Amino acid sequence: MATEAEEIRGIGHSVKRKEDDRFIQGRGTYIDDVKLPGMLHMAILRSPYAHATINGIDTSKAAELPGVIAVVTGELMAQHNLAWMPTLSYDTQAVLATDKVRFQGQEVAAVVATDPYVAKDALELIEVDYDPLPAVVSPQQAAGSDAPVIRTDKEDQKDNHIYSWESGDKDATDQAFTEADVVVSLDTFYPRSHPAPVETCGCVADIDPATGQATIYMTTQAPHLIRTVFALVAGLPEENIRIISPDLGGGFGNKVPVYPGYVVATAASLLLGKPVKWIEERYENLISTGFARDFHMHGEMALSKDGAMKGLRVSLLADEGAFHSDAQPSKFKVGLFHIVTGSYDLPAAHLSADGYYTNKAPGGVAYRCSFRVTEASYMIERLVQNAAYELGVDPAELRRKNFIPKESFPYRSVTGFEYDSGDYHAAMDLALEKVGYDDLRKEQAEARKEGRLLGIGLASFTEVVGAGPHHDYDILGIKMNDGAELRVHPTGKAILKISSKTQGQGHETTFAQIVAEELGIQPEDVKVQHGDTDNTPYGLGTYASRSTPTVGAATAMVSRKLREKGRKLAAHLLEVSEEDIEFEKGKFFVKGAPDKAKTIQEVAFAAYTDFPDGMEPGLEDRAYYDPPNLTFPFGTYAVVVEVDEDTGSWKVDRMVAVDDCGVRINPMIVEGQIHGGLAEGYAMAAMEQITFDEEGNCIGANFTDYLIPTAWETPKFELGETVTPSPHHPIGAKGVGESATVGSPAAYVNAVIDALWHLGVRNIDMPLTSAKVWEAIQEAKTSA
Amino acid sequence: MNVTITVNGAEHAADVEPRLLLVHFLREVLSLTGTHVGCDTTSCGACTVLLDGTPVKSCTMFAVQGDGREVTTVEGLKQDGQLHPIQAAFKEEHGLQCGFCTPGMMLTGAALLKENASPSDEEVRWAISGNICRCTGYMNIVKAIQTAGQEMAASTTE
Repeated sequence: MATEAEEIRGIGHSVKRKEDDRFIQGRGTYIDDVKLPGMLHMAILRSPYAHATINGIDTSKAAELPGVIAVVTGELMAQHNLAWMPTLSYDTQAVLATDKVRFQGQEVAAVVATDPYVAKDALELIEVDYDPLPAVVSPQQAAGSDAPVIRTDKEDQKDNHIYSWESGDKDATDQAFTEADVVVSLDTFYPRSHPAPVETCGCVADIDPATGQATIYMTTQAPHLIRTVFALVAGLPEENIRIISPDLGGGFGNKVPVYPGYVVATAASLLLGKPVKWIEERYENLISTGFARDFHMHGEMALSKDGAMKGLRVSLLADEGAFHSDAQPSKFKVGLFHIVTGSYDLPAAHLSADGYYTNKAPGGVAYRCSFRVTEASYMIERLVQNAAYELGVDPAELRRKNFIPKESFPYRSVTGFEYDSGDYHAAMDLALEKVGYDDLRKEQAEARKEGRLLGIGLASFTEVVGAGPHHDYDILGIKMNDGAELRVHPTGKAILKISSKTQGQGHETTFAQIVAEELGIQPEDVKVQHGDTDNTPYGLGTYASRSTPTVGAATAMVSRKLREKGRKLAAHLLEVSEEDIEFEKGKFFVKGAPDKAKTIQEVAFAAYTDFPDGMEPGLEDRAYYDPPNLTFPFGTYAVVVEVDEDTGSWKVDRMVAVDDCGVRINPMIVEGQIHGGLAEGYAMAAMEQITFDEEGNCIGANFTDYLIPTAWETPKFELGETVTPSPHHPIGAKGVGESATVGSPAAYVNAVIDALWHLGVRNIDMPLTSAKVWEAIQEAKTSA
Repeated sequence: MNVTITVNGAEHAADVEPRLLLVHFLREVLSLTGTHVGCDTTSCGACTVLLDGTPVKSCTMFAVQGDGREVTTVEGLKQDGQLHPIQAAFKEEHGLQCGFCTPGMMLTGAALLKENASPSDEEVRWAISGNICRCTGYMNIVKAIQTAGQEMAASTTE
């Protein structure tokens, strides 16, 4: 070799993102940027009531407005058997309401017009005759014997109960509580929030009347899953459906489900023979699409006098909205909430959950969370702090005593997970050191003497991501496995096609780096294609931090397949036997004679120009990955706050986040993901809540009421890392997109409670607005 | 109504409905789709453009209000084939993820840097507090704007 080879920018390199060039120049293609010739525009009429019978819909005036092409109602949809659609949780959901409306904002009718302004004008001309019914606005109310039945459309549904779900060993847990020296409990409501990506949902449906080809541009995190669901819902042949998910302006779980707007636009395109565009307004996004959380939880922990955790009991009521359409693995009714034993070696645990219909929007999605893990992590981390105070020990000490020790991995939890790897002590020690924990406790005591309320909160979370192994994880029966296809061109450049769908996570860069690591082709020479079902392998998409655990693994595996073929080609070129060829950093060389070598580029050229007899030409393959287990990222977050006793306002002085997500492929991108998650965790702790009044009116379906933190409110973050590779993932990575949202809400809230515990404050439900904090302080003082 | 608006240095005359929003004029009439709509209520700032050099939210202005004025959109940041320092800095500092808020953030940042070439952390955070980002937690956006300021100062002193 004439010159020193350029370093391969594979795993561990903070490569600048390949996708940025188009975004910084305003050249991204988001859904509303898609324009097709002859395209029509659709707008949706929504219910003003949470619960009402529909007596009739008069569309005549709307239909007469110049520019209106069609008005679609549930009745019309029913003629095509499309008034209802299946949800991702084996329930049904109204596409356009026919019998009654079941939540405020529900889709009632749609107008298709030549112009989006005209479509919205026409909505005001549709007359709907409603008879309002009493609304059910909480699961407690839904469970009442006198509660009106919401799902009158379902023949065997006589009440509002959807499911009961259990996990763990009840008897063993009851026994642990009987024998416990100390029992602590917490009742808390994890409020309904909304992922609210800055780009709303939308689609452009284009069905060619001549060929029947359906090309649907859609804001979806799971294009392949959506294609299959569309084939099932609409009865369209799957080979004629092409879902293209363009650049997504964020997703956070909001863009996983199938929404009625997609189905109506597709039906309208089918009926009219023209492309139809539907773009949500913000209020529509907040009032009708996939919400998150909404769990009413009761938790108890049993401990011995010396602080050993003996048992955990959690029961919860889930507010599922009007249609059960959680997007999660079908086997688990409350997602992976049974990770609720967290980072602790708990000998017994039991979880029971009940889901209820209410007159609220459906679509329990994992808002930057791996299927209800956020709620679980919040419960255990709040309980641990309460237990520490009850026992009179430091919360860090109680954690240290009960952490699953490093040498116990792989660790089988009593709720059935096998944790792959962890070193919880190391992560916590680093977080405590970075935040200066011991000094802070002294500072806190001093501050208290001056009447200042300083609080220090910890959370040592364990995430569970990468769903998943086929025997346990599926959505609508489709196994949660993903694929990657890799083709190296004759000039040594490559194209990687993946089943995941980036929404800002940087897949176009990260996955190219995996190829770089495995094959030695620089990331800038690997084009990553995603989001187009005609041109990518099948897979279930990007949510629940699953892309690196599944697609990242598939990418490594397919690269290794090509490496093996490259070895054969190199042996042919170098005229040695295959066993004599070694590979390192993009170079195949003869064992013991590193100068006798061929680069991956030379080998790729030979795959098309000079391959041995009997070998299939080309350098191309695919891999589907069925993970042997989930992955378990973890970390410890430490938050320092100061609370103003007079106003209840609080501000974050420090937020130290130590994350262990296994091997970091692109450290810059990993840190960006953590920053984002910490901000959204703060948002939940401090500001975000979708609220309803007694009549089921959604209060605040806009950004002036549903508060999203700006740069001004958002704390500054200090990051740290430990690296404990996943033993079963091909490159040791675990996934990181959601760790910070899972771990941080408890840390922020624990800090505020820590500041107020001595006053007698035991719990404040999120979001911790100053008014709620102030009230809690007053109440504690009054009862003291 | 007839309007004449100068966008990114080029004059555009059009006959528009009085109720047409400036953002739709830019996106639909001129096909400049780098300006985005995120909230419809002036809250998120994805639609931010510069009007005579000042950041405004183009979803809350009518196109007719832009008559006779100069608008700069993200497409106008690059000059003579060279990225604006703020564009380069957003990539360099990982100041964007999904990219949807990025045009508005960059324009707001560029306007700040015209007034204040080396803003403090707090000054940047205040300046961009009308722009929402859901992906980045703002850390690297702040850094990117400060880096761009340093780059611009360095290039003017050269």
